[in-house]
Amino acid sequence: MSNQTVISLEEVNSSKTSIVNRKRKTGKLHLILKGFILPAIIVIIWELSGALELISPTLLPRPSVIFTTFVGLILTGDLIGHFQISLIRAIGGFLLGGTLGLLLGLAVGFKQNIEQTVDPMIQMLRTIPTLAVIPLFILWFGFGEVSKILLIAKGAFFPLYVNTFLGIRSVDSKLFDVAKVLEFSRWKQITYLILPASLPNILLGLRLSLGVAWLALVAAELMGSSQGVGYLITDARQFSKTDIVFVGIIIFAVFGKVSDSLVKIFERKLLKWQDNFQG
Amino acid sequence: MSCLLEINQLNKSFVKERERIHVLKDIDLQVKEGEFITVIGTSGCGKSTLLKAISGLDTDYSGEIQLDGERVTGPGIKQGVIFQEPRLFPWLTVERNIAANLSLNEIEIKKNVEKLINLVRLVGFEKAYPKELSGGMAQRVSIARALLRKPKILLLDEPFGALDAFTRSHMQEALLDIWREEKTSMVFVTHDIDEAIYLGNKIVIMSSRPGTIQKIVSIDLPFPRKRTTKSLLEYRHLVLSEFEKVEELELVDSAGI
Repeated sequence: MSNQTVISLEEVNSSKTSIVNRKRKTGKLHLILKGFILPAIIVIIWELSGALELISPTLLPRPSVIFTTFVGLILTGDLIGHFQISLIRAIGGFLLGGTLGLLLGLAVGFKQNIEQTVDPMIQMLRTIPTLAVIPLFILWFGFGEVSKILLIAKGAFFPLYVNTFLGIRSVDSKLFDVAKVLEFSRWKQITYLILPASLPNILLGLRLSLGVAWLALVAAELMGSSQGVGYLITDARQFSKTDIVFVGIIIFAVFGKVSDSLVKIFERKLLKWQDNFQG
Repeated sequence: MSCLLEINQLNKSFVKERERIHVLKDIDLQVKEGEFITVIGTSGCGKSTLLKAISGLDTDYSGEIQLDGERVTGPGIKQGVIFQEPRLFPWLTVERNIAANLSLNEIEIKKNVEKLINLVRLVGFEKAYPKELSGGMAQRVSIARALLRKPKILLLDEPFGALDAFTRSHMQEALLDIWREEKTSMVFVTHDIDEAIYLGNKIVIMSSRPGTIQKIVSIDLPFPRKRTTKSLLEYRHLVLSEFEKVEELELVDSAGI
């Protein structure tokens, strides 16, 4: 029969990996550097224009000043304390909202009955802007942790809900036919077909939820608090300490990116079977 | 040889724009155990619909289909189905695709999966994902997946239609090997006359609108067959002339409108 089977998978893979390895050695560093070119140019121009006193230091402090402030804040221990509080809020709110979003998304995806009763209401709630409910949350729960965590949870809920629902409903019906022919039990249908097929969407929802949780955190902390990175920013603004405002912003940016990258690594591991356009 | 599959007075129609369209009309067909039946017809003649009805995926018809003495009421492992596309689960490796809902931890199943991987010549690819396979290899995985369930009958719906000529003839040989080894009855739908003659014990020629069985031709040639023998060519002429009759009928039909 076929001659093509003489070539085993190992050979195909080994030739693939040798090419990939060669590319990787020169390519990986190259790739990372490529992402740094633009920020580096901006930082250099920024620093120079500050040093030449083209921009007022209260409006836009130089990167070197921001960096020294950053180091100073770490040394006094202030920053780490604020950061910890913010992180706990973000994780708490994300876990609460994300879990609920995932579970409800699964329920609505699996049962048309539940979809018809629950989904219209959720879609209505989804359109309410987070900022609009802040006053209500303050009235109900005060300025404490409860209102902050609930606000973050509200933000994190919807992306996971919508994408989980979408993922389940976009499972290929042709594969359902296969499952019927092979006599899958309901349980196997869920674990072998529906969940793996909707995993790409669920992971996308996870990433979006994390991003929204981070945004909601800032909104929650700006609405009034005595701790956290958001508080650090509002407090610094009142005293026109622009450098501290920048430190806060950069922390949000860096940790937003780190959490996103973590999910992406996870994604690459779980979705290695995907065969998509790589760009 | 006893009768494995029996189709009695199968009719299927649907209403489209207030007009009743007959997809299948008065289909009677018997398949004996171990037979290799090929079904051939122009596109739209209802041959895939017929296969879907036998598989149980489509139960919206009148008439009766009996498999192994029992009425077919829905899909199941008794009727193995090979679709036009391999329809593998992209997130499972080759061996896990074949096992699918069965556990590879069971020694018996693991052994059978290994045997089948050997039978469909995919040794070395057990841990590969579907995206790493060629079209022919993927289709062989789906054949192995069906065979693992020891089906009474294997239903194939233009399974090699998307493959190039070389791979296709390889696959035909592979299927005949499997047929000889496993003695599974086959119903093979195709639109390729040569394929139908080369593979089948019997060719069911269908005509369209409404889909009916025009003629059943027995191919009394021993296996293994040679593609170039004169007798195969004679059968080719026979089948082709049947098609010409169909076309003439259809021309007359459309002239009447």
